Amino acid sequence: MEKLLQVKDLKVSFHSYAGEVQSVRGVSFDVGVGEAVAIVGESGCGKSVTAKTIMGLIQTPPGEIKAGSEILFEGTNILAMTEKEWAQYRGASCSIVFQDALAALNPTLTVGRQIAEKVMLHTKVSKADAYKEAERLLTLVGIPNPAKRVKQYPHEFSGGMRQRVMIAIALACQPKLLIADEPTTALDVTIQADIIDLLKDLQQQLNMAVILITHDLGIVADVAKKIVVMYSGKVVEKGSNTDIFYRSKHPYTQALLRAVPRLDADENQELESIEGTPPNLIAPPVGCPFSTRCKECMNICQTQEPPEYEFEDGHICRCWLYHEFAQGNKEA
Amino acid sequence: MSEKILEVKNLKKYFKSGKGTLKAVDDVSFFINKGETLGVVGESGCGKTTTGRTCIGILDKTEGQVLYKGKDVHSLKGADKKAFTKEVQIIFQDPYSSLDPKMRVHDIIAEGLRAHKMCATKEQERAKVQELLTTVGLNAEHATRYVHEFSGGQRQRIGIARALAVEPEFIVCDEPISALDVSIQAQIVNLLIRLQKEKGLTYMFIAHDLSMVKHISDRVAVMYLGTVAEITDSNSLYRNPLHPYTQALLSAIPIPDPEVEEKKERIKLIGELPSPIDPPAGCRFKGRCKYATDICDKERPELREVETGHYVACHMVK
Repeated sequence: MEKLLQVKDLKVSFHSYAGEVQSVRGVSFDVGVGEAVAIVGESGCGKSVTAKTIMGLIQTPPGEIKAGSEILFEGTNILAMTEKEWAQYRGASCSIVFQDALAALNPTLTVGRQIAEKVMLHTKVSKADAYKEAERLLTLVGIPNPAKRVKQYPHEFSGGMRQRVMIAIALACQPKLLIADEPTTALDVTIQADIIDLLKDLQQQLNMAVILITHDLGIVADVAKKIVVMYSGKVVEKGSNTDIFYRSKHPYTQALLRAVPRLDADENQELESIEGTPPNLIAPPVGCPFSTRCKECMNICQTQEPPEYEFEDGHICRCWLYHEFAQGNKEA
Repeated sequence: MSEKILEVKNLKKYFKSGKGTLKAVDDVSFFINKGETLGVVGESGCGKTTTGRTCIGILDKTEGQVLYKGKDVHSLKGADKKAFTKEVQIIFQDPYSSLDPKMRVHDIIAEGLRAHKMCATKEQERAKVQELLTTVGLNAEHATRYVHEFSGGQRQRIGIARALAVEPEFIVCDEPISALDVSIQAQIVNLLIRLQKEKGLTYMFIAHDLSMVKHISDRVAVMYLGTVAEITDSNSLYRNPLHPYTQALLSAIPIPDPEVEEKKERIKLIGELPSPIDPPAGCRFKGRCKYATDICDKERPELREVETGHYVACHMVK
C-alpha cells in the first residue's frame, strides 16, 4: 500500500511551571492511502497531542516539537512547512473532527455558513455554489432535510447530529486524511454506533485515510485494520487488528483487553485491573514506562528501555519479554 | 434472597420548566432484593439518575411511593430519618465536583461519622478513617491531604470510603466509573464487588455502559424516556432481550473482537430520542420502533411479567 503519512520519531513536549511535560516521546507509525488506523490509549498517553501535531495545531510555546521529529505527508516533511503552506495543507489535505462538537462549532453562525466558509477558503467558488456544496455534504453525512438544516444554528442540532456536522465540515474539500479525535466519547451508545458506521462508510466510499483516536478498544475492532497502542507517550505495540485482538504481545495491551467486560461473555469473568496509575510525564520512569504497573516486570525493565521486536509482518511490540534471554520465562 | 430492601411503586418525578412539565421519571415500579445489585441502564436523559436520587430521598417525589424496608422514604421524620440516612448512601459520578476541595480527606470521610456520633473519641475516629482508607486501597497517610492531590481513580476511592464510613446497607452508585480511564474502571468495579461480598451490601448501579452493568449486576432495568422498558436478570437480558429498545441497545454495544463485530447485525433506531417535555402518549418508544401498531399509539404498555422474573413493557411481546 502506498504510504500517505509517515510519522517518524515524533517528540513533543510542553513547558509548564512544574517542568517539561514530555507528552510524546518518540512515536513512529505509517498510514497508507485510504487506510483506517486507530490510535488507542488512556488519557494522557499522548494520542491527542500526536493528532494535533499532524494537524499543525501545537502552539509553540508552550509546546515544543523536538528536533529530529519528522512527519512526512506524501513525502514532504510538514514540520518544516511555512505558515502559508500550513494554511494550504490544513483542511484541504488533512482535516480533524474533535470530541466536543458543541465547543468546536461556532454558536453564532449557521451550520451552512461554517461549511461554506471552508469551501470558499480552499477553492474558488461562488457563495451560492459553496452553500450548495454544504447541502451536498450534509446529505453525505446522513442529515435529513439539508436545505432547511443549512440555515440552522448548532444549538438546533442534537449531539449526534452536531458530530455529523463536524464530519461534514471535515469532508469539505476532499481531504486525503481525516483525523477523528475521540469522536464519540460524549455520545450515547446507539449514536456512537451510528457515527462509527458513518466514518467506516465514508472511509471506504471516498477512499480516504482515517486516523481514529480513542480509549475504547471495542469501537476500533470493526473499523481499523491497523492499531497503534500508546502508553505514556510511546508506542508500546502496533499491528493489524487481528494481531492486537487475538495475538497481542505487550502486557499492557493484554491487560487492557482483559480489563473491559465483554457483553458476549457467558459466565461472569473476573476483570483484570491494572494496579497503580500511569507515570508522571514530567519525570518519566527510566526503562519501560509500563514497568511500574506490569505484572511481569523484570530487573532490566526498570533500567533500560526495551527495543522493538517484530513478529509477523508489521506486528511490533516494545517489551523485554521477547528478548532471547527472556524466552525461557514466557512463551513467545 | 427474596427479602425486598427497596420497593418503588408507580414513582413519578416531574420538573417544572419554562417550556412545560419535564417528566423525568414517569410511572416507574421495581424492587431491589437485599444483597443483590440492580443495574439501571439507559441513554442520557432517560431518568436513571433522577430515579436513583428520588429513591434515596435526595429529591422529592411527585407521585407514587418508595418503600425502604417497608417504610415510605419521603415521609420519614426524626429518628427514623436519621437512621435512614445512615443506612443509605450514594457514590456520585464526578469525583471532581462531589468532594469538597477545601476539606482534608480525613474530614470528608469523618463527616458522616460525626453526624451519627459513631466515634466517642478523636483517636477512634482517626483509627476508623485509616481503616476505611486501607479498605478502599489508599494509604493511611493520605488522610491529611487535600482532594486536588489525588487522581480521578483515587478520588473515586475517597468517595467510596465516605459512603462506607457510616456502615450503610444500601448504596446507590450513580455512574461511578464513567469519568475514569479503562484500566482504572476495572479497579473500582473490582473494589465494589469485593466490598459487596465482604459487607453484604445492596447496590443500585446506574450506568450507561451496558457491558459493565451486565458484569456487576444480578438484575438489570433498562430505562427509556422516564419509563422502565424491561427488567430481568443480567444473563437473560443479553441472551433473550424482549423489548425492541433493549435489542437495539444491545446491538449497538461494540465488542472488542474483530470477527464478532464483522458478523454482528446492528438494529438501527429510526429518528431521535423525543423530548421528555410533553413526551408522546401511548408507548414512549413507538416513534422509533419498527413493530409499532395502533395500540402503541393509544395505550401505554404496562410492565408485565412474561417469564419468571422477566418483566417487559411492550404490547407486541406475547
